[in-house]
Amino acid sequence: MLKIENLHARIAGKEILKGLSLEVNPGEVHAIMGPNGAGKSTLGNVLAGRPGYEVTAGSVSYDGRDLLTLEPEVRAAAGVFLAFQYPVEIPGVNNTYFLRAALNAQRKARGEEELDSMQFLKLVRGKVKDMGMPPDLLNRAVNEGFSGGEKKRNEVFQMALLEPRLAVLDETDSGLDIDALKQVADGVNALRSPDRAFVVITHYQRLLDYIVPDFVHVLSAGRIVESGDATLARELEAHGYAWVREQAHAEAQA
Amino acid sequence: MNAAVTPFVESMQAAAAPLQLPGSGPAWLDDARRTALQAFVERGLPDTRNELWKYTSLRALGQRRHTAGNPDAARREVPLDLLPATSAGAMRIVFVNGAFRADLSALDALPGGVTLQPLSLALLEQPEPLRFLLGAYTNEDDGFTLLNRALAADGVVLRIAAGVRVADPIHVVYIGLASGSMAAWHLRSLVELGAGASVNLVEHHVGQPDAGHLANLVHDVTLRDHARLGWTVVQTAGAEANLVRRSDCRLGDDAELDFHALELGGKLARHELRVDLTGARARFTSRGAFVLHGRQHADTEVLVTHRGRDSVSDSLWRGVADGRARGVMHGRILVLQGADGADGGFYNKNLLLSSDAEIDTRPALEIYADEVKANHGATVGQLDDTMLFYLRSRGIPLDIARRMLVRAFCTVAMEGIAPAPLREHCDTLLSSQLPEVAA
Repeated sequence: MLKIENLHARIAGKEILKGLSLEVNPGEVHAIMGPNGAGKSTLGNVLAGRPGYEVTAGSVSYDGRDLLTLEPEVRAAAGVFLAFQYPVEIPGVNNTYFLRAALNAQRKARGEEELDSMQFLKLVRGKVKDMGMPPDLLNRAVNEGFSGGEKKRNEVFQMALLEPRLAVLDETDSGLDIDALKQVADGVNALRSPDRAFVVITHYQRLLDYIVPDFVHVLSAGRIVESGDATLARELEAHGYAWVREQAHAEAQA
Repeated sequence: MNAAVTPFVESMQAAAAPLQLPGSGPAWLDDARRTALQAFVERGLPDTRNELWKYTSLRALGQRRHTAGNPDAARREVPLDLLPATSAGAMRIVFVNGAFRADLSALDALPGGVTLQPLSLALLEQPEPLRFLLGAYTNEDDGFTLLNRALAADGVVLRIAAGVRVADPIHVVYIGLASGSMAAWHLRSLVELGAGASVNLVEHHVGQPDAGHLANLVHDVTLRDHARLGWTVVQTAGAEANLVRRSDCRLGDDAELDFHALELGGKLARHELRVDLTGARARFTSRGAFVLHGRQHADTEVLVTHRGRDSVSDSLWRGVADGRARGVMHGRILVLQGADGADGGFYNKNLLLSSDAEIDTRPALEIYADEVKANHGATVGQLDDTMLFYLRSRGIPLDIARRMLVRAFCTVAMEGIAPAPLREHCDTLLSSQLPEVAA
């Protein structure tokens, strides 16, 4: 589904990703862990097509297409979703209007019929209930006046509504208390399916107690330096990222 | 100062000739017109040395001869789709190329205490109450105001008797039709609300796209104690229209003016809105937006004078310019000695959508009283890249995302427009303009 090969990317002239490779298949959950500054968020932003990130080498293919040539909205319609580390407040844009515009734009791009306002309201109200979101969410402006936790939950709520095929969660757990963390994890777990994949970017192992990954990768200095199963996350928690850096260093010297 | 007699000034002198025939109006009016014309010829059109015209040059306009109105205007057929749908079935007074149109107006079913008639009729029936208003001019007059005093033959007279609260809005519609020549017309309107009176006034400017003209409109608005005026301007004039408007408003004790403007049309759309908060606790609220593209030029000047104790002004405006458009916004709050406890605010944010567009915004405060609260702020910026990316990452195409953000940017300026159908009408007009400005 997603194949990243030898990806190099920079922002504002500074190289952040330095030869990252990763393959994700449908149904899999991959966790990307790593210290601050390792390039975790850059990976998410490059996958979603955020302007300002310059890919200098390597390739990313998604369902056989060259993902990097596609506009962000085209990636979204193709099923790529980024849950933002810092969800954006958009005063004056009503949530219902925003969500309907998003869903219908994606449906239109895929050649599917757009939902009329009645159909959409029924769908979105059901999701609000399923996700335990505050009922007034739909009357508010996008993320405006939301607490940090509400914003993160709202990202997962949008994901549930848009039903992407490849979801990238960029530190969705940061700043969440334990209840919100569980709600976010429940939302993700409810969406797990054989044809959907997740890339969960996180700094801490805590989230992975609730979203159990199939693979854990450690990103350090712009490359994946270690991969393993869910137990790797617990080792990291026990030893810290310094341990990985030492191992990587030792390997490089060997 | 004797300004050069430009083709514009010459043509206005020619237009004035027939008005000065004996018997064309009350003698005092003829005198006042003659004096005003003389003053105009001496002064000419305002130039950019005038602080209030700093960013709006009239050089090109000054070189053009204009005809006096449009001779057929009183009879011409008007495409019905030009008449704003929101004014259907409502109290309505309509002007076509500066001429009052009884056939398009609806003045039959006015509630008790409401006078709504063309100025031409008011001058015939009862000229004396208008003498104070039309008889003299002041240092605050500029070339256009003087010209208006000299040449305005019609306009709106709206009076609401003390204590009368009018439930339904009153619509004033200015229609510009193509006339084959560059026509100029001058309308003078009087709005007077007695103590405790209340009404909502909706002013529409509409026109054919190729209707080139100059409309010079002056409003005098008086709100007696405890009166309330809701005034909404919906300006979708044709692309060749030049609109120069000046409104002088005086508010008595506890009077309230709630002003909204949506400026979308015209080639040159200027409004100088002067509000004098004479009375104690008088309150002025203004919300407005201009959204410009092509080579449009809009200039809004909001000049507030706090004279009364504890008077309040609160202005919040948005500007958007694309293409080679030019927007000008000037907000001035003057707090005079004695206006203790006054509270004034002027906030203006602007969006530039193209590197060739320009917006000049100037907030200014002048304070000569004690215990005053006064705030201002103005910014000019571009669409927020982070917001754009957020919308696109959810599948919304770039052009639609841009329109959503421009619309959202203006939304705050449209809050409070009443009644709801008028608000929706404004929203629809704004949305239909967006493909032009945020492609």
